[in-house]
Amino acid sequence: MMQHAPALIVLIPMLLAPLVAMLRSPGAGWALFTAGAAGSFALSILVLEQVWSGGVVSYAMGGWVPPFGIEYRIDLANGLVLAVVSGIALLVAPFARASVAHEISEPRQYLFYACMLLCLCGLLGIAATGDAFNVFVFLEISSLSAYGLIAMGRSRRALLASFQYLVMGTVGGTFLLIGIGLLYAVTGTLNMADIAERLPATYDSRVTHAAVAFIFVGLSIKVALFPLHQWLPSAYAEAPSAVTAFMAATATKVAAYAMLRFADTVLGEALVFEQLPVGEIGVLLACVAMIAGSLVAIFQQDLKLLLAYSSLAQIGYIVLGIALGTADGASAGLLHVVAHAVVKCGLFVVAGVVIYRLGSERLDALNGLALRMPGVFAALVICGMGLVGVPATAGFVSKWALLQALIAEQAWVAAFTMLGSSLMAVIYIGVLIERAVFRAPDTSLSDTGITPLGAKLSLAALAVLTVLIGLWSDPIAQIANGAGAGLFEAGR
Amino acid sequence: MNLLAILLLPLLVAIGVGLFGERARNLRDGFTVLGGVVLAGLVAMQIAPVLAGVRPELVLWDMLPGLAIAFRLEPLGLLFACVAAGLWPITSLYAFGYMRAHHEHNQTRFFICFAIAISAAMGIALAANLITLFLFYEVLTLSTVPLVMHHGNENAKAGGRTYLGVLLFTSIGLLLPAIVWTYHLAGTTDFAAGGILTGLASPQTLGVLYGLFLFGVGKAALMPFHRWLPAAMVAPTPVSALLHAVAVVKAGVFCVLKITVLIFGLDMLAVAGAGQVMMVIAAFTILAASIVAMAQDNLKRRLAYSTISQLAYIVLGATLASSVAATGAGLHIVMHALGKITLFFCAGAIYVTHHKTNVSDLDGLGRQMPWTFAAFGLASLSIIGLPPFGGMWSKWWLSLGALDAGQAWVVAVLAVSSLLNIAYLLPIVVRGFLRPAPADDQCDKHQHGEANLAMVAPLTLTALACVAAFVFAGPIVALLQEAIK
Repeated sequence: MMQHAPALIVLIPMLLAPLVAMLRSPGAGWALFTAGAAGSFALSILVLEQVWSGGVVSYAMGGWVPPFGIEYRIDLANGLVLAVVSGIALLVAPFARASVAHEISEPRQYLFYACMLLCLCGLLGIAATGDAFNVFVFLEISSLSAYGLIAMGRSRRALLASFQYLVMGTVGGTFLLIGIGLLYAVTGTLNMADIAERLPATYDSRVTHAAVAFIFVGLSIKVALFPLHQWLPSAYAEAPSAVTAFMAATATKVAAYAMLRFADTVLGEALVFEQLPVGEIGVLLACVAMIAGSLVAIFQQDLKLLLAYSSLAQIGYIVLGIALGTADGASAGLLHVVAHAVVKCGLFVVAGVVIYRLGSERLDALNGLALRMPGVFAALVICGMGLVGVPATAGFVSKWALLQALIAEQAWVAAFTMLGSSLMAVIYIGVLIERAVFRAPDTSLSDTGITPLGAKLSLAALAVLTVLIGLWSDPIAQIANGAGAGLFEAGR
Repeated sequence: MNLLAILLLPLLVAIGVGLFGERARNLRDGFTVLGGVVLAGLVAMQIAPVLAGVRPELVLWDMLPGLAIAFRLEPLGLLFACVAAGLWPITSLYAFGYMRAHHEHNQTRFFICFAIAISAAMGIALAANLITLFLFYEVLTLSTVPLVMHHGNENAKAGGRTYLGVLLFTSIGLLLPAIVWTYHLAGTTDFAAGGILTGLASPQTLGVLYGLFLFGVGKAALMPFHRWLPAAMVAPTPVSALLHAVAVVKAGVFCVLKITVLIFGLDMLAVAGAGQVMMVIAAFTILAASIVAMAQDNLKRRLAYSTISQLAYIVLGATLASSVAATGAGLHIVMHALGKITLFFCAGAIYVTHHKTNVSDLDGLGRQMPWTFAAFGLASLSIIGLPPFGGMWSKWWLSLGALDAGQAWVVAVLAVSSLLNIAYLLPIVVRGFLRPAPADDQCDKHQHGEANLAMVAPLTLTALACVAAFVFAGPIVALLQEAIK
């Protein structure tokens, strides 16, 4: 059993998805989704533990020895990402039950859970695989199911948002495919470790350079790095609340991990950061994203849009860490993947609860929230502080690590840009909290009166995690540090 | 173990206050004072061992690899802890008088936030490294925001925004990079005697880093990052008294002093000359804030600008990089705390009893409130620095330190500032006692008299403490010399 764990992490949700589609029952769908997420999460933790104590775990799919067969290769970096993605799925699950019942019509609910399972499978697959072509396949699995999930949103605008994402996502996927194809052309292999070994001989080839460009542009679309981000705000704002909470915490993060993997292991830092200016471009775009995203977020009047633009800025932090091209930068980026996943998931669940109870996602709906829903308000404050990066919350830890990596590289402009963006987060989170405390509740909105138990559970867990990671991030930071170092060793 | 008790006791009080709530308000308020007295006792019990060279330590756990949440009681921190913990029960007593006489709403929330703020101040005092210090520094900022915004009207919201904005901007924008930079240079953030940066950076780098630290500790209210302090005056007066004359602002200057002595080290700072620029900025702040204070008619705002000026004394003492001046700076933390808390107590007593907020309305009020105005007068004299009041000693040591550091012009700045203190503080007392009360007040026939006992007793006590500090300054100096040697 245990030796098949790397494959099972991905296969469990994959096999459960058609089962859910056949059962056609929302209740069974939810139960199987929860079970699938729980199973993947448990196995991810086991594998991560195994990697931590025993080094990289390699799994040959179908018994075909790599590089001939497909290899699943788990080191600390993707072990951490697997745990985050499946963990977030598990944490969103209790909230999803009531939210989906509220937002999606009964006959389509089972399809929702099937798509969620497929999306989860795709994201986990991207993280687990050690095969470049496999990355593309799983990317498409996750993207296609995501288009469907977004289209299930409450209003007809969701269809447009989904279509927009479909167009851009397809361009991104195709670019990635072209890049991988070019790599195959010059190296004759698709196994990541194999490519890494053979590629240095072709570092001066124009084909290799083109491959780098295609891969990074393609992944930048999936990460939603400025200026390739247009799909993200409308997709997050229009998708059902549970989808937004799940995707905001996982989809872009997994794409960021893929970026990290391609930059540091597959293509090699010598090519990406030293020979080609990918690092410089990445730092520049990340800085613009951090400032522009936060600035636009300040002026939003729609809660989900505000959080979506904030995500654009937070993605900038992650890309900044990756683009530094150092082990410290990579581990800071990974830490921020963890921190932001927890924090932003919590905030989107808050938004989901507000929509569930008041039926509105305008900022006006937050007025008087402190009295109306004190528990939800507390989660908003805690996760909001996590987003700002107040000490004793998850956001502080990753920002500390990132700042340290930036100062080590003497990247002062980027360091102060990052801090500036954090201060702008104070403003847009402050606006939310001030509304919740001081404004009188909007009486025109009818309150359903009860926060679903599942949502309370999700919120409590995410808020506690935010503080727990903030106060005691030693284990996660050690894993991230090991992962950063591992990525760079593997590239050499 | 004692350290943990000192940190957790205020939190225990916060929980107790929350449990008693508004229904059992007498129990709630009694519990707060009791907790305060016990805390003050706990802190005071540490004085003798620390003077004897014992340095209790407590390491909780690693927050990040190699960065522990750790506490260590050293003399400088003990001094700050004594000031904050000692004045907490007195202020609590005053706060009941004030809040009840003024029929304030949300008193339970008020006392909870107050207790959390004290806990954060204890954390700052005991922190063994910069990251622990930063953690509690931010807790102190955030826990005091509800206190500043207590009234919840537009004014309070605007004040709260300025308060939060300036303090978070300086701490995240300047202090955090300074700490990370220090960690990058030294590989540690632990406070250590003689500093941790010796020989690790050029004088220019140290100068920039020192500037980042001093401006980054926004709670020290060095110009141009002082605007939050007048803005915080929208808070109820007990908050202004304990937090914005003692705990919060003193936490700021305490951080400055601790960073100067235990991160940079006085010797290295003196050799590198890294403090020169900041010295001029501090001197400018002293004079400019005093002049602005003279123009303020609102009593609390006048006191706030006076605080900005007095805080800069302490920063100036730190930047002089002489052990004598640093002793003076440490003394001034205590002396100014006693004086300024008295002044705020008086301002609050006047406001609650007579609803007067402006200096120009105080004519003749001294005859109705003799105790309050007498206390105000004594505390003013201490702030000005005359014997037989505690304030004299700190100015004495600061002046000596300036000469010791070869910066004679600083003595002139201190002298001019004392004159300005006279100009903006004493007229208030003179108005109260010597000017006739305005005619329309007579028509009112509404003689309110002295404030209630729960307010008069604390302010008399702190005014007398100003005198006592003159006589018993010896132990404080001993503690400081233990810290700086």
